[in-house]
Amino acid sequence: MKTLALHHEKCTGCSLCQVICGLAHFQENNPKKAALRIERKFPEPGTFEIHVCNQCGRCQEVCPSEAIAERGGVYRIDPEKCDFCGICLEECPLKVLFTHKDFSYPIKCDLCGECVSVCAPGAIEGRE
Amino acid sequence: MFGYGGKILRVNLTQKKIEKQGLDPDMAKEWIGGRGFIAKILYEEIPAGTDPLSPENKLVMATGPLSGTFWPSAAKIVFGAKSPLTGGYGDSNLGGLLMAELKYAGYDMIILEGASEEPLYLFIDDDQVELRDASQYWGQGALDLEKELKKELGESFHVATIGPAGENRVKYANINHEFGRQAGRCGMGAVMGSKRLKAIAIRGTGGIPLYDTSELIRVSKAALKHITSHPYFKRFRQYGTTDITDWCQGMGVLPTKNFAYGVYEKQASLAPEPMREKILVRDKACFACPLNCGNYTHSRKYGTFIDGPEYETIGMLGSNCLVEDIEDVQYLNYLCDDLGMDTIAAGGIIAFAMECVEKGVLPKNQLNGIDLSFGNVEAMKTILKKIAYREGNLGSLMAEGTRAMAQKLGQKSARYAMQVKGLEFSAYECRGAPAMLLSFMTSDIGAQHTRSWAIVQDMEMGRGNIEGRARLVKELQTLRPLMEMFGVCRFPWLEVKLDFGEYVKAFNAVTGFGYDKEKLFQISEKVWNLTRAFWVREVDDFGRKYDMPPERVYDPLPSGPAKGMHLTEEKVNRMLDEYYELRGWDSNGIPKEEKLRELGLAEIAVDLLRRGKI
Repeated sequence: MKTLALHHEKCTGCSLCQVICGLAHFQENNPKKAALRIERKFPEPGTFEIHVCNQCGRCQEVCPSEAIAERGGVYRIDPEKCDFCGICLEECPLKVLFTHKDFSYPIKCDLCGECVSVCAPGAIEGRE
Repeated sequence: MFGYGGKILRVNLTQKKIEKQGLDPDMAKEWIGGRGFIAKILYEEIPAGTDPLSPENKLVMATGPLSGTFWPSAAKIVFGAKSPLTGGYGDSNLGGLLMAELKYAGYDMIILEGASEEPLYLFIDDDQVELRDASQYWGQGALDLEKELKKELGESFHVATIGPAGENRVKYANINHEFGRQAGRCGMGAVMGSKRLKAIAIRGTGGIPLYDTSELIRVSKAALKHITSHPYFKRFRQYGTTDITDWCQGMGVLPTKNFAYGVYEKQASLAPEPMREKILVRDKACFACPLNCGNYTHSRKYGTFIDGPEYETIGMLGSNCLVEDIEDVQYLNYLCDDLGMDTIAAGGIIAFAMECVEKGVLPKNQLNGIDLSFGNVEAMKTILKKIAYREGNLGSLMAEGTRAMAQKLGQKSARYAMQVKGLEFSAYECRGAPAMLLSFMTSDIGAQHTRSWAIVQDMEMGRGNIEGRARLVKELQTLRPLMEMFGVCRFPWLEVKLDFGEYVKAFNAVTGFGYDKEKLFQISEKVWNLTRAFWVREVDDFGRKYDMPPERVYDPLPSGPAKGMHLTEEKVNRMLDEYYELRGWDSNGIPKEEKLRELGLAEIAVDLLRRGKI
């Protein structure tokens, strides 16, 4: 999988993607630790918007600690090297690096594809 | 403790005191959660004879062990209290995102007690729990306030609100969440309003401890696969509950003109396809639900957005009141949602009032100038507002519910007051559906459909006979309420036939309790008997007569595919005889001492004996 294709209009806001994301990465039933976010625009216009990393690499460019490495088009944060300066959070063009009080580093999508596998309406699709 | 947040929030509105208590592990093991917790707390903590709208009543919000987990459709929280509408045990479940958030904040249950003098709202942000001033929100619409609180606190908070109907203690006021999902039944919003609690806002960031994480992932993924590959999946997720509108018309069970008929000649305009075409904005799901039955709609005619209307609303505010335009139904639904009242009860009582007008039971000079004739949408809009604010004689009278209104009006209007135990019928005309009728008669909150939705089986079992119905209803009433103890929605089981055994696997993966079906059914039966015992304790002359339907069901249906079908008093009583026998209750429907003891309710038996109730 090279990238995630997002079909916002198909999203139903169920959050299964976030639950599996937390489970897959932290073995914890906690969608607040997910590397993606569903923005809920209600009551008007009544739409959802999925926010997730597109692996643009900007975070790696700006990281002063060289804590972000790329392999096969996927950028990963090394929690050991990260000093949680927050620069990547600010610089991320899509604002898709997330934080949780339990962690001293940002949560970032590693393109594992678990969200794709549980998205019943097909709003998140894996592309080669 | 696996599967549970582990804490209970006890909030006293009189003293403005917030207490965090540990969840007793034995309570979890013996009562599971959701309505199991509620039944136990209401019986134990509310003094007998409590006025439902007094500070002594308690409003309990309870999640279950599966709520908020990866298990598909684990999205239910249950609200419970002594019902101001019925005077007995009341509960109502709610989907959306609220229960997950409460679990992530670490709480399995909130017990709201006492009553404040000034309006308040409950703010929960993980460990930070506060009662905050809500004077500036008092009077605001339920949908409007949800929008405002989310704007103020942030999108990550999930919010439940009441509208003016709850503030004014309309007996069927509800609790709103997610812009059109409600704990609709039994007047839970009136109880919240009587405590002057306007809203609850929750954010939680913690996880839910699981007994066997990989097993939960495995069974949940298998369930997801089953759900999404079922032949009915695509259609159900497109139309949700509205898909049954055509079926009900086809079977002649669509409530029409205050349940006088089972078919509506203009039903086609209320059908799922034109509705989708005309007003649908998008498909919307509750938490963790691949079935996304929610239809989020926008009426161009009125400029209103809501989640709905659901089938029940289409039946009750549509065909039952002879309203043919789906946009009018959407707007009436919106009004009920924002004013904060149950669409089922509202549709029921308006249709009842319309019939009373037609029959001259409700004289024109008592109508405050409103032309309450069937199909008059303008009059419906006006009366909904009058009810919510208890304006005029008629608004106040109708705010009390159908049973109370019939008692006041007399003139044999009770025979077509479509309610059992004070709760208005859900949208199923039952003369050709005896199991559905028995479900309404014996449901532990009044005439609600969800405890045992037996109408499909009625068609399969032959509509003219009553054989096997008591057993069927008891079985459904045993399995189905477990969903509201687990904290999940019934639809994967009901609509796409996800086997109940899979739920048991998920329950054990989450909790580690290692229960089998039989053990769970036994707990469910215990809860059912406890809610029945609550009725016995609270209602002086409780017994068989409270299980009897309105006499309209004895009149043959005048038209449609079920033309001529009807029940007789003898048949209704025969179904009840069989049902009581299967339940281990006496011939008046009162649980026998030995049955209560057998279920582990010895203390309840002793209490009822002491009170001379059994």
